[in-house]
Formats: sequence, C-alpha cells, structure tokens
Amino acid sequence: MSQSLEHSLTSWSGQALKHQASWIDDIDARVRVVCSALFALVVVSSHSFAPTLLGLFCAFLLVKASKLNIKRTLRRVVAMDLFMLTLICILPFTTPGDAMFTVFGLTASWQGLLHALLITVKANAVLLVLFSLVATMSASTLGHALAHLKVPDKLVHLMLFMVRYLDVISQEYKKMRRAMQARAFVLRTNLHTWKSIGYLFGMLLIRSVERAERISDAMKCRGFCGRYYLNDEMKIRSIDWIFSIVFISFLILLIGLNIDGLFK
Amino acid sequence: MHIVDGALSSPVLISGAVLSAIGVFIGLKKMDYDHLPLVGVLASVFFIASYIHLPLGFSSVHLIMNGLLGIILGWVAFPALLVALLLQVIFFGFGGLLVLGVNTLNIALPAVLIYYICYKGVRHESPKVAATWGAVGGAGAIFITALMVAFSLALSGESFVLAAKAVVPAHIPIMVIEGFVSYAAVYLIHTVKPEFISKGSN
Repeated sequence: MSQSLEHSLTSWSGQALKHQASWIDDIDARVRVVCSALFALVVVSSHSFAPTLLGLFCAFLLVKASKLNIKRTLRRVVAMDLFMLTLICILPFTTPGDAMFTVFGLTASWQGLLHALLITVKANAVLLVLFSLVATMSASTLGHALAHLKVPDKLVHLMLFMVRYLDVISQEYKKMRRAMQARAFVLRTNLHTWKSIGYLFGMLLIRSVERAERISDAMKCRGFCGRYYLNDEMKIRSIDWIFSIVFISFLILLIGLNIDGLFK
Repeated sequence: MHIVDGALSSPVLISGAVLSAIGVFIGLKKMDYDHLPLVGVLASVFFIASYIHLPLGFSSVHLIMNGLLGIILGWVAFPALLVALLLQVIFFGFGGLLVLGVNTLNIALPAVLIYYICYKGVRHESPKVAATWGAVGGAGAIFITALMVAFSLALSGESFVLAAKAVVPAHIPIMVIEGFVSYAAVYLIHTVKPEFISKGSN
C-alpha cells in the first residue's frame, strides 16, 4: 500500500489534473480562483446541513462539468475521507448531547455524529470545487492568475520555480531510489533504513543546490534580471460574466439558507 | 498533520491566517530575487520528501523534514511552505483552503524556532556534534508541530480536546524516525559539502 502510494504521488508533472476539454477551461483563470475561494469561505462558515449539502451537490455538478477523471478524483478524496473516518469515530464520544448508544460506559451522542458529518461534507465540497475549477488549469496558469490578482510578486515567482523544478527533482529522487533498489535496498523499520534515507535526502539536497546554482548562472547568462514577465493578457469575456453571476447568486442562496427562519 | 477545512473555529482560522501572513511577509523581505532559484529548488526537495513513505510496523509514515528546512532557510521557510501546501491542497487534496494559514503556521513556525535553536549547533566543526544538533532539530520541529496542531484543535472546541490529546503521542514514532533521518542527512552534508550549511542560510 505504502509503495503504490509513494509512486502515484511522486509523479508530479506540473500539469493540470487529467481531464477532457470542457467549457470550464474557457473561463478566465482569475474568475475560477476567486469563485472557488468565495465558495470555500461560504461553505466552511455555514452551520447547518442544508447549505453545505447543496454546496456538495454543486461541487459534484462542477466535477461532472469539468470532465475530470472520476476515478482519480475519487481516489484523492477518499484519502482525505479515511482521515475523516477517525473524526467520525471520535467526535460522538467527546460531544455532550442526546445518547445514541453506549460502549464501555462511554456515551456516543447524536450531536457529535452530526458535527463530524457536517465537517466531512464541508471538506469534501471545498476539495471537489478546487479540483474542478482550479486544478484543471496548469500550475503555471494558476501562478499567472495569482499574479494578476495582486499576490506578492516574489511568492508567485517562488511558485513558478517550484512548479518547474518539482518534476526535475522528483526524477532525480526516483533515479537515486532505483539505484538503491538495484543494490537490493528494501524499506524496513530499522536503523539502516533511516540512515540510508537520511543519506538519500542529504544527497538530494546537495545535488539540487548545485543544480540551483547552475540554473541561476544559466539564467543570468541569458539576461535574467530577477523576474519573469507576464505576457499573457487576461481578458474578462461574456462567459466569465455569466459564470460569475450564476456562481455568486448561488453563493448568496447558500448564505440565505444559513439565516434561520428565512423560509418559515 | 494536515487539518481539513471545516474542523476549526473561525477565531483560530483567522489568527492562524494573520500570523502566517506576518511570517510570510518577513520571509519575503529576507529573500531577494537572487535567491529565488535556490529557495524554489529547496522547497521542491521538501515537497518530494513528504512523499517518502517509510514503513512503520504495519502502517507507514511520511517524512516532514520541517526542522531541516528551517535550519537551511530560516524565515524563508514561511513562503516556501505556504506555496508547497497550496500546491498540495489544489493538486493532491491534502488539507484545505481556508485552513491554509493555520497549517502553514503549524509547520513553518517550528521550522523558524529550530533555526534559532540549532543555528550554532549544526555549524559545529565536528560532523558528529553537528549531526546530533540536526537530529535534535528534526525531532524537535515535529514535537513543536504536534503541540501546535493539538492547540489549534483544542482551542476550536471542547469536543476536540480528546483528539488534541491524542495528537502528540501519535507523533512520537515520526519524531524518532525524523530524528535519525535528520542526523544522517546533516552528517552526510557535513562530510560531502560542508560549505552548504553555512552558505544556504543567509
């Protein structure tokens, strides 16, 4: 299990999540970033089930619309939900309220269970919207969108560098791991493993720092004066207006559902 | 380690975000454009490190290595970890968007503390002494991180207190492992490229 997990996650290619082209790709990157941030804000601060479940439903619709690979998306979400499962097991016992059942003198309460479920729904809704709206763009587009949204320049540069070099370094890591495997190294719970991994990590650091020096020299050679320029002009078009208006009215509906007694 | 969206109360979320923003601001002030390639590459190394899963009995743990990152980067650890966590949320779905501030603070602040505690130690001439300080840094950072995660949970409501109490003991194995791994890493860097530790930090 741990082996398969390791390999599926180290293959970062700096690219968007695999998906087929859809109308979501046509929407301006800034609009997608801002909309998903607002969605997270509204859903997380909701305190009843109606708005959060509606949010989750909307998240499913967006996942469907963005034509994400359903299997891969689910695998990512399930990893988080395994963690949520422990929360669902613990919270009923620690929250006071009406008794659901009793184990070893500990009482599980309905309120605790509902609270845990609410957290699960919220976390899933936010993640699915992030996957469908933001993760479908390439990481460098995301960087450019953030730069246009006035995120500090250095932070965006850092992100662009990271996106570029994650792939290079993960390849370096895999190369070194393969070399260790060729020498019959197997991960176990012992001192030898920890020492070898420590050496691997130290070597990875040294190689990467040397590589960073070469990169920076090569870039200076070609006249890099410390910054990238944003050449892509992002324009708000009619589809962006339509999407933001629909999305924001939906968010206002969610906020409305949070106000008690509005529909009574 | 990663707290998900929806679990924490808003005062905790807001104070975490504000404190992280201050840390990121200080980090960005200390980092010039000349250092960008170096910081970017180092941050990527730590990103990769978090996918190295080591077996532990029947389960497995992943490395965090925020102590070593702090020793090398100092305050710059804040922006580096913020970007790394943001990429992890968006493309892998670890953690959440609104808790980004709290998560960054929980991982980056221990890194900065370790930077000040172990600054002298890892620059010691003897590789063994330096590596021991590296191990202290590696294990210490995990301990402080676990404490901070526990605090952010406990402050969010009575019902999380039990979960908060479980966080620190649950992190003891990874603390031990990280200590040994950091020891070996610092030892190797000291023998192979001693100028790196003294140079990479400014």
